[in-house]
Amino acid sequence: MRRWLPHPLMAGFLLLAWLLLRQSLAPATVASGVVIALGLAWAFGKLRPPRARVRHYSLLGKLLLRVLRDIVRSNLAVAWIVLRRRGRFTSGFVAIPLELTDHYGLAALACIITSTPGTIWVDHDSARNVLLIHVLDLVDEASWIDTIKQRYERPLLEIFQ
Amino acid sequence: MNHLDALPPWAAVMVGVLVLLGSGFAFVGSLGLLRLKDFYKRVHAPTLGTTFGAFFMLAGSIICFSVAHGRPIFYEILIGVFLTLTTPITLMLLVRAALYRNRVEEAQEPPRRTTLE
Repeated sequence: MRRWLPHPLMAGFLLLAWLLLRQSLAPATVASGVVIALGLAWAFGKLRPPRARVRHYSLLGKLLLRVLRDIVRSNLAVAWIVLRRRGRFTSGFVAIPLELTDHYGLAALACIITSTPGTIWVDHDSARNVLLIHVLDLVDEASWIDTIKQRYERPLLEIFQ
Repeated sequence: MNHLDALPPWAAVMVGVLVLLGSGFAFVGSLGLLRLKDFYKRVHAPTLGTTFGAFFMLAGSIICFSVAHGRPIFYEILIGVFLTLTTPITLMLLVRAALYRNRVEEAQEPPRRTTLE
């Protein structure tokens, strides 16, 4: 199995993308999709990527819903900050000590943090495993550290590590 | 060749509202880029365009072409996926470049907290 399909997630994603692009489930489309997905996944393996292990797919779904809700909320919050003419707000950096070390987990965390307007991933110190983020509307640093760790890092730890 | 004329009114209204909403959020994002005061604050604003802005426009596009062709067409989802996967890369490069400049050229950490107005 591993020998013929060394990167099942990558191949699956590529096949899904192909089928979506072609908008058809005709046998010829599926067959060409499988060939392309296997070929590209094999080429991807030549880059010697670190191995991804994804567990708890149900948790992944739950995390996705949570992130979507946060994206909606922070979109409205940032739009409000931009649109109102007056009003004070404080921006600043927050350093967050992480337990997550898995590359894919960190990449997912980067996508989550940058996809929610109002927070951006600034720097990750891989030696000390400390993440620096910038928060547009910073009220309380401790609560941000808590939010990122409890809301996102905990499920990512369970999924990827 | 124009399928858009064949769009029933309810679909046309829905698509119009979605596209307006999407471009509205993208516009607010650009306005933020103009209005906010320093680099680190400014890079926050355009993410409105890549999240809500893109979402509403893609939803409008999906409805428009699905109704016009009479079958579900949803490959716009891929645009959303790739946008979400690639935005962090650009954003991180920009922010790290700014941080590097702060640290090296001005030999200082960026101000930890700044209050505006």
